[in-house]
Amino acid sequence: MSGFSFLEFLQQIINGLTLGSIYALIAIGYTMVYGIIGMINFAHGEIYMIGAYVGLMVITGLGLFGVHSITAILLVTLVISILVTGSYGWTVERLAYRPLRGSPRLVPLISAIGVSIFLQNYVQIGQGARDVSMQPVLTGGWRFGPEGGFQVYVSYMQVLIAVITVAFMGGLTLFIGRSRMGRACRACSEDRGMANLLGIDTNRVIALTFVLGAALAAVAGVLVSMYYGLVNPFIGFIAGLKAFTAAVLGGIGSIPGAMLGGVVLGLAESFASAYLQTEYKDVVAFALLILVLLVRPTGLLGRPDVEKV
Amino acid sequence: MPRALSDALLAAVLTAVLLTPIFGLHIRVDGVNVSLNRTPMPVIVAVVVVFLLRLFQQPLQRLWAKLRAPASWRENALTAALGRTVQQPRYRLALWLLLLAAALIWPFTASRGAVDVMTLALIYVMLGLGLNIVVGFAGLLVLGYAAFYAVGAYTYAYLAQQYGLSFWWGLPLAGGLAALTGFLLGLPVLRLRGDYLAIVTLGFGEITRLLLNNLNSLTGGPDGIGNIPRPTLFGLEFNRVASEGGTAFHEFFGLDYSGNHGVIFMYLLGLALVLATLFVINRLLRMPLGRAWEALREDETACRSLGLNPTVIKLSALTLSAAFAGFAGAFFAARQGYINPESFTFIESAMVLAIVVLGGMGSQLGVMLAAVAITVLPELAREFNEYRMLAFGLVMVLMMMWRPQGLIPASRPPQKLPEPAEATQ
Repeated sequence: MSGFSFLEFLQQIINGLTLGSIYALIAIGYTMVYGIIGMINFAHGEIYMIGAYVGLMVITGLGLFGVHSITAILLVTLVISILVTGSYGWTVERLAYRPLRGSPRLVPLISAIGVSIFLQNYVQIGQGARDVSMQPVLTGGWRFGPEGGFQVYVSYMQVLIAVITVAFMGGLTLFIGRSRMGRACRACSEDRGMANLLGIDTNRVIALTFVLGAALAAVAGVLVSMYYGLVNPFIGFIAGLKAFTAAVLGGIGSIPGAMLGGVVLGLAESFASAYLQTEYKDVVAFALLILVLLVRPTGLLGRPDVEKV
Repeated sequence: MPRALSDALLAAVLTAVLLTPIFGLHIRVDGVNVSLNRTPMPVIVAVVVVFLLRLFQQPLQRLWAKLRAPASWRENALTAALGRTVQQPRYRLALWLLLLAAALIWPFTASRGAVDVMTLALIYVMLGLGLNIVVGFAGLLVLGYAAFYAVGAYTYAYLAQQYGLSFWWGLPLAGGLAALTGFLLGLPVLRLRGDYLAIVTLGFGEITRLLLNNLNSLTGGPDGIGNIPRPTLFGLEFNRVASEGGTAFHEFFGLDYSGNHGVIFMYLLGLALVLATLFVINRLLRMPLGRAWEALREDETACRSLGLNPTVIKLSALTLSAAFAGFAGAFFAARQGYINPESFTFIESAMVLAIVVLGGMGSQLGVMLAAVAITVLPELAREFNEYRMLAFGLVMVLMMMWRPQGLIPASRPPQKLPEPAEATQ
């Protein structure tokens, strides 16, 4: 690479924002669950992976039925994958986490790792371990820049990812900020015991948190399967890890923090793969995590947490 | 019955939603053609089973309770009696000696393949015992234990290949370097709450694997490092023909060459390493440091108010634990003769964690038995290999629900103050 090109830099920003949107969507699931029950939902990455599979299936199925309108495809796919992953989120919470509420911290965490290993292998048995791919649904894009030189490329898909991410984030922010259930969520993350005393059904709020997180993970999964057109049972592990990194970066427990963290991580990775080596983008992501923990353990937007007896 | 019926219907619908995309539909790719195969049978069976179970949940539960009551009473009495016996120091020592004698005699009677599998089991015993220090005693979750294992294995492999270092020099260096890695990793992270350690070590495990794959000049990349020399017994080699200037074991003792010698030697060496690990850990547990680990696990705030420095204590646990992983890694490299990054994935870390959890966090006997079980059982049931990890995940969840203390819970004989003689007067 010779010299610094502003257009290349811009291209990396666009790619980074796309990637960051995906991370942010997954990271919200981690941060919400952590905010309310203080647990790392290790299986969240697998939920995202299931969302991606469902997305791929629905898109393939619609293609077989001859549906080609992008709006119809998007709507149907999102609704169905959200339904399926929401069910997974609810079931996992009900079966694997709720019975363990109130046990020492390590216990639900280990259970979550068990769920993660289980789901990964369960999908592998059902769908096979190989990559499944499909034709891109939405192709094309815009090019900017001088003829013959480096051109900035923005695909329609990237724009779609950004629009959908912003729409869902806005919806979530409104829901948490304005609705009755959202207020209950905030009350629970302040003080679960107190919320319970005041007549909030905390079990329902926790279940809702898992369903919401899973729904956003499904959105991310659908967008990824449309963007890359490729899924396998193992994509959840690394994506989950990255998204968790994003959640910690932004300050775990804070929803705007997860959004910010996702974008920062996406940008960092995009720059790393452009200006360093592609193989080292994951190394950069985790190095960033360790760095943030060193300098600002509460994350970018997190509140300092006080250890209580 | 309407309540039960609606519940059952709901459960059935949920099952259908959950299972259809995974088992009911199958994406098939033929070149550019993508099609969906429908296989409704497994889903229908599952839905019916769930519906019936949920519908008759209450009668089934009553039946189960009736069947179970007398059996569980006997079981508890038995385990309690066994537990009491095992806890008495005299029996305890006898039990350990018996186990040791069996472990020493066994390889001379068993087949070569079995001894080889047991050697692998011993590596997992060592890893389990090492991870038990942080997870079981100090109560910190480490999810990238395979990284320390990898550091140990690669240290020995690299030094042996580049500088011709023998195993006996490689072993302490591997342990030392792994310990240093653990120390450096823990230094920034351990000031924070325990959860972060889990994630940072997980990330570290991934970084290590990526680096092993990409630092070709140092690690050989995905191909790994081969031709790692096997350990020698005071300079005696276990090859058919001794290398230049060396002596072979069978020549020295005037025996016929047999491949079994080397295999049995590796087993005994593994056993010796396990015993050394056990000895060191048990001595440490009786020292203030070991006591501090457990105190920290129970209550960090109380520990701090008693003047213990939590960071230093956690750091010592992580460093030691990493050191044992390093020893195990060097031994693993020597046993395999060949290593590549595939042996040090997250699954490896999860396996060792499962060993600790299944055996009982903090229980050394439990961890050892779990390590042997987890290595030996898959060898016996090879046809179920596909379902091994599935069962693994399931068992981890179920254990947390029904027996979070593990198969053999850690027990500590209660210590009583001596009766004050004058107090009664």
